[in-house]
Amino acid sequence: MDTNFVERRRRDLITAAGLAAVAAIVPLFVKDVYVQNIMVLTLMYAALSQSWNILSGYCGQISLGHALYFGLGAYTTALLFTKFGVLPWFGMIAGGLISAVIAMALGYPCFRLGGHYFAIATIVIAEIGLLLIQNWDWAGAALGIDIPVRGDSWLKFQFTRSKLPYFYFALALACIAWFVTWWLEDSKWGYWWRAVKDNPQAAESLGVVVFNSKMGAAAVSAFLVAVGGSFYAQFVSYIDPGSVMGFQFSLLMALPAVLGGIGTLWGPLLGAVILIPLTELTRSYIGGSGRGVDLIVYGTLIVLISLALPQGLVSLFSRSKAKGATR
Amino acid sequence: MGLLYGLIAVGLALIFGLMDVVNFAHGEFLMLAMYVTFFLFTFFAIDPLLSAPLAAAALFVLGAAVYLVIVRFAMRAKANVGMVQIFATFGLAIVMRGLAQLFFTADYRSVPNSWLGGKTVSVAGIFLPQPQLFGALVAIAAFGGLYLFINRTDFGRALEATREDPGAVALVGIDKNRVFALGWGLGGALVGLAGAIMATFFYIYPDVGASFALIAYVTVALGGFGSVFGAFAGGIIVGLVEATTALILPPSLKSVGIYAVYLLVVFIRPRGLFGSM
Repeated sequence: MDTNFVERRRRDLITAAGLAAVAAIVPLFVKDVYVQNIMVLTLMYAALSQSWNILSGYCGQISLGHALYFGLGAYTTALLFTKFGVLPWFGMIAGGLISAVIAMALGYPCFRLGGHYFAIATIVIAEIGLLLIQNWDWAGAALGIDIPVRGDSWLKFQFTRSKLPYFYFALALACIAWFVTWWLEDSKWGYWWRAVKDNPQAAESLGVVVFNSKMGAAAVSAFLVAVGGSFYAQFVSYIDPGSVMGFQFSLLMALPAVLGGIGTLWGPLLGAVILIPLTELTRSYIGGSGRGVDLIVYGTLIVLISLALPQGLVSLFSRSKAKGATR
Repeated sequence: MGLLYGLIAVGLALIFGLMDVVNFAHGEFLMLAMYVTFFLFTFFAIDPLLSAPLAAAALFVLGAAVYLVIVRFAMRAKANVGMVQIFATFGLAIVMRGLAQLFFTADYRSVPNSWLGGKTVSVAGIFLPQPQLFGALVAIAAFGGLYLFINRTDFGRALEATREDPGAVALVGIDKNRVFALGWGLGGALVGLAGAIMATFFYIYPDVGASFALIAYVTVALGGFGSVFGAFAGGIIVGLVEATTALILPPSLKSVGIYAVYLLVVFIRPRGLFGSM
């Protein structure tokens, strides 16, 4: 292994620690609740997109049904809390484990499918999940679940007075997702995944257990997304099937990674930091009238960015770096 | 209904077979065709029966334009071509939905009292609603027409040749871009026809396309990507499965049957029913 690589990985880790430290200080100065709200969402999407990126970016299995895992996390936590009074922390872990198990169970038949067949299977499975929950009266059916306020503490993971605790949890989640990616990137799994993505046949012949490594990626990815779902349920304290499990949501989760740079360490974070504030701002400044202008702006941006920068925004940085190196 | 699903899906399958691109704005194409039909009816009192060709023509132009303005560039991406085209067409879908909300508002609209609307016809003792029956006939005719077009005309042959080897056709002097644009136009025209017919018995609103788009993807994949015949057969199967599920499960779950059948088929035959490779 060349020293360049080790050097780069160390630099990545230091940069991330620095960014996290800066991010942790920001809300102490920015007191505006609206802005804080956007920051929480940005960090949440960064975490989700980073998790999505593990399966779809590194391992190359394009999933357009990750809303299923998000919804499972949100629903497990919300149901356990409202029906049985189980603390969200346990709900979070339970949701994560359930999602990971389901991801592997679904992976068993799905990973034999190639390309578009796989992508459509993931959409269809998420859609079945959505329809089932919509028709499940005990879980609130199409109306969803209102999570009652039972206090204001870290123990119950409910905060009514300030958004700061949510912010720090979202920051921690984004850091964990980033760190897991960073750690896996240079692990046996990481190399397997890239081999599977680039050429499954060749990987197989070189002794990579293609199937198992896909299963591993699916489990890690689903677990983290479900934790994100649990967090979201507590954050907005109201969930309904359409908003946490819809097809749109699967795409929204993938979008930051795609715009930032799919299969890269920094792509999802960069994409989220640019995209989410943009989305929220267009929504509140032009979208208020409900007349679709925000959708037009948002959609146009997606088209333009995906056409102009097919390798994502991180490609801008690496390109300038490469130039610097040759000079 | 199955035949209409087939008609919607054939357009998608044509584009996919030609250039390996899934149009994620296909549902919005359908939505637009329904609005075109609606406005022709409301402002000019042109019955959907007559405006269907106009809707098809309008969507032909749109399809070709979308290829020339967006997809052509998406295809040039050197990396992540698959994701780029998914998000380019998905972005387009969002824009189209936004435009529809802006100009047509989110209201539900319908085409009242068309020549076909609400009437039934009795065939061998079974009463069938006229719009659906007519839709089925149009779908069969369109499919026949497409078949003849692909097999009997120069353009059609160019289409087939480009599908088989885009590199080689360039050597014979066929402009790949023109053929692709034509393919997108045809795909649009087919969904335009479907939209015009569906406008006679479905409510029209900006999000209407989304619900049909997913079914269209499933239909195409069920039949096997790249197989136009497969898409049509897939449509018939999807229609039958939907009708059967509606008998067993509550209406809100009727799509579950379609999805389950899709999964069952691809798990057994990962290339769809009629897919090659």
